Order: sequence, then structure tokens, then C-alpha cells
Amino acid sequence: MPSISREEVAHLAHLARLDLAPDELDHLAGQLDQILGAVAQVTEVAADDIPPTSHALPLTNVFREDEQRACLPAESVLAAAPAAEDGRFRVPQILGDEQ
Amino acid sequence: MSGLTRRTAAELAAAIKQGEVSAVEVTRAHLDRIAEVDGTAEAGVHAFLHVDADGALAAAAVVDQKRAAGEELGPLAGVPLALKDVITTADMPTTAGSKILEGWRPPYDATIAQRMREAGIVILGKTNLDEFAMGSSTENSAFGPTRNPWDLTRIPGGSGGGSAAALAAYEAPLAIGTDTGGSIRQPAAVTGTVGVKPTYGGVSRYGLIACASSLDQAGPCARTVLDAALLHTVIAGHDPLDSTSIAQPVPDVVAAARRGAEGDLTGLRVGVVKELGGEGYQAGVEARFNDTVALLSKLGAEVVEVSCPHFTYGLAAYYLILPSEVSSNLARFDAMRYGLRVGDDGTRSAEEVMSLTRGRGFGAEAKRRIMLGTYALSSGYYDAYYGQAQKVRTLIARDFEAAFAQVDVLVSPTTPTTAFPIGEKVDDPLAMYMNDLCTIPSNLAGNASASFPAGLADEDGLPVGLHVMAPVMADDRLYLVGAAVESAYAAQWGGTLLEQAPALEGIGQ
Repeated sequence: MPSISREEVAHLAHLARLDLAPDELDHLAGQLDQILGAVAQVTEVAADDIPPTSHALPLTNVFREDEQRACLPAESVLAAAPAAEDGRFRVPQILGDEQ
Repeated sequence: MSGLTRRTAAELAAAIKQGEVSAVEVTRAHLDRIAEVDGTAEAGVHAFLHVDADGALAAAAVVDQKRAAGEELGPLAGVPLALKDVITTADMPTTAGSKILEGWRPPYDATIAQRMREAGIVILGKTNLDEFAMGSSTENSAFGPTRNPWDLTRIPGGSGGGSAAALAAYEAPLAIGTDTGGSIRQPAAVTGTVGVKPTYGGVSRYGLIACASSLDQAGPCARTVLDAALLHTVIAGHDPLDSTSIAQPVPDVVAAARRGAEGDLTGLRVGVVKELGGEGYQAGVEARFNDTVALLSKLGAEVVEVSCPHFTYGLAAYYLILPSEVSSNLARFDAMRYGLRVGDDGTRSAEEVMSLTRGRGFGAEAKRRIMLGTYALSSGYYDAYYGQAQKVRTLIARDFEAAFAQVDVLVSPTTPTTAFPIGEKVDDPLAMYMNDLCTIPSNLAGNASASFPAGLADEDGLPVGLHVMAPVMADDRLYLVGAAVESAYAAQWGGTLLEQAPALEGIGQ
């Protein structure tokens, strides 16, 4: 089924927020096609009436008591940030000029 | 090499408890061994990414003080351990083998790190791995490969190659690995060591940097089955901080290991998985596996062949489910809260900085898997790929259920081949993925599995692993079988398999 074009690879890279060099795109296009060709084997299995498994444990709604607990100190979390300012994460601009 | 580094964890703990040797002396002996053989990314074993000599000696000194004060010491107090660098530690960097986390100091300890510290285990440092635990050779580490102590030109397995190599090179008697598709068991097999993937949910994942959350499981690595069982007992058990943690008592794996060592498997029903052998399996691997199956019969087990027809599709299902979870989990590395940030020069938007950082910070395999997952989850392909893979996952779990209705444990080789040369498969993803053919079904179904040394392949003299699979929360059966095989082979070989490995003196200096 798969035959994945370079343009599709570039689109996927954009969706995944991965800035890839042109040679990476070429190399990945071939490899993704090969891997997807191999994993397409799952489509051979007759499984229409089989329920999907998303998780190995049959656990649902694991709740804890709704009570106050200590959280990590802000200083120790911000110490590992690429940039911090006034007790907050400093990030590059999120909105453009027109927004 | 000091005699202390050749001893088992159980022996070291007993010697410390009896005052025959101090915990500080034991730690120093292992730090000396690391200095002797570990070397750098360019030469030596290169099992460690970070060694915390001061922290380790301080932790050992605390154990010695407690002993001097007459306090009761735990069964592994004062024993050194190598920790896979995907488990967070507040006092050491945690990189997950990735440039994107180079130098990151987590603000908290993983639950298992905390439990080991409370047990008096001395963490020597952090071991190398394939980036974000994705790989079967440790070549995907951003910090250079680890080398197999049996042959330094070969891979030590992966992703936990650093932990396995540290054991095989006598740099530590205990290690922690994490296993998403075989990352504890395959490195154990190719280095002649013991590696156990506990039941999914048996060991807390809090503080384990996620690869694929529905598959990841931390577990014990050691040179002997009893040592692995002792470590298993320290790290296992319910953790309220991990909502997928099982709230049940931990199986008595230490008792199982001791019972197994007596060498009587009478009444145990063993199933050889028909689908995990034949074409693609190295002759020497099959020969040692067959010898070991014959040994199980000799020890009293009843051996039958069992068919698990959907295991054949395990690899394909895994390489859809895993990348899908990876593409989502690795989205957190967005250059905002921790790790690398590239291109933040005041002109670029957050999204551009994110994209640049991820492009520079992730290695080739991480990118491949993020892209695969993004594809598998995209609309139009979701049902055919991810949805279908989840159904195959159900069928694999049903194969296990049917098999465990007939037998107590299943066996196969751990991996189709012995350790291959570094560089051979690094840019051939499909060939690399084949390493995990036998180990993947247990991750998909969540049951307990382990690898134990089964001898050396005739054609290359390299270690082969016996893979044992047990039902969910029957982890003790792994230890029973592993210890029985270990003691029978020790009698035959005149010691452990690892005693046949090269001495490596001075290679890291």
C-alpha cells in the first residue's frame, strides 16, 4: 500500500515539528516506505470482530483522593529550563504581529 | 581487578553486613574498575555516560555508619549499581542518550531510584543507551556507542547496552534496565548476563522517561539470578504516583530463585514456541537453545511444543504501536521547559524554535520513529495501521492466554543472532528491528519475561540467551526456571558463563 513521496515526508515533518535537512528528507522517504511496506503485514490478519487493545492492563479510572499535596519547588523546575524570567519559563514569541 | 568486583551482589551485601569489608571499599573497588576499563566514546567499554564517584562514596559511607550504629541493613545495602540514563535522578544528569537532554538535571528522583537509595544501594552512575531507549545496539546514543565486553568491535545490545556491558565488564554487580520491546532481555542475551522484564505495572514508571507508555517497563539486570531477584524485590510493588502500577503483592521472586537453584523442575510444564525459531535464526543460537530445552527436560520439566500463531505479526504490530506512542511522548521535547533550545534569537517564533531544536536535538532513529508514528496516526491511515495493530495486539494476548492454559512457562531464544559488529545494521532499520522478534510479544501482552545465559554459539564463541515467558504477575516462575538452568550450567561449565569472557585489563586507560 505505501509509496510515500518526498512531499508527504516534508508534510509529516511539519506536523511533527521536525526541521529536517533536504538530504534527511530524501533518506527518510526511502526508509519510511520500506518500513511501512513491512508493517503493512498487520493488514493480512482477519480481525474485523476483534476488539482493539490499547493497554496491557485492564485498568480504568485510577483516582487518588482529591487533597492538597506538595508540588516541585518552582526554582528547581526553572533551573532546568532553557530560559526563565521572573519565576516563569521565558519562551520565544507565540503570536505573530497581526494576531 | 580487585576480587571484590568478581563477587555477586548477594555475597557483597553479606560481607558488608558481617563487617568483612566496608561499603566504601566495595564502592571504591568498582570505581577503580570503571576507571580501568570504561574509557570513552572512542575506546574502552563506554558503559557509563556519567560516574558520580563522590555521591557513590558518600552513599556507601552512610551504609557503613548505619552498620556501625547497629542498624539492621537491607539485603542489598552497600552494593553498587549502574542506572540506565533514562531514569531520573535529582543528583545526576539524565540524558536519555539524547542531545536534546544533554546536561539536564531532573528536579526529582524516579520512584525506583528513591527505593534503591532507601535500600542502601549505591548508585555509581548513569549508563549509556540508544536515544530514548529506541534501538537494539546502543549505537543510537548521541554520546557514542557502548562496546560488548566479549568483543569490543561488537554491539552490547540495546537499548540498555550500557547497563548490560557494565555487568559483563565487572564494573557493577547490579544494574537497572528498561524494556519496551526487548531492551533489558536482548542486551542480557548478547552479553551473557541476566535481565528480567517484570510484568507490566509490576515496577513503577514514575520518573522513567517515556518511550512508549503502554509497553515500557523497568526491571533488574545482574550477573546471577538470585541477584536479579533481590533487586526485583527492592524496586517492585505498587506506587501511587504511577496510575498503571499494579496494587498487588510482589511475587516472591527471591524464594523462587533459591528453590530453582536446587535444580528440580519436576511438574513444571514448559512450552517451546513453534513460531520463534527456524529461518533467520543463527545455527549456534538454535543449538544452545535446543541444549537448554533438553536440560529443562533433564531437570524434570515436561516440555511440549506450543503454537502462538499471531506472534508472527508481533513485529509489525509493534512498529506501528510503538512509533505512534513515541510521536506523542516525544512531543514534550519542545524547547520550552527543559533541554536544548536552538535558534531563539528574537526573530523566530516559538514554533520555529521548536522545530529547529527538534531537528538538531533528535538523532536519526528518534526522527524515523516520530515520523512513522505521525504517519500511522494521521487520518486516512489510522484504521488500516494503528487500529489494526491494536487488534493484532489483542490476538497476541489471546495466544499467550491459550498457551498458558497448557503450560506454566514458554521458552524461545532471546534473540535470533549473537552480538553483531558495530556499524553493521545502524542504517538498516528493518534488519535492526529483527533483533526483537522474540521479545516483543511479551511487551504487547504485558506479561513477565526474562533472558538467562544459555552458552556460547559454536561459530563465533559469543553468548546466547534463553528467553523465558511467564503469565502476568507470575514473575516468580522466571526466577525458578532461570536459577535451575543457571545452577545446572554452572556445574557443567565450572562457573558462570561470564567467567569465560576476556579480562579487559587496562583497556580504558
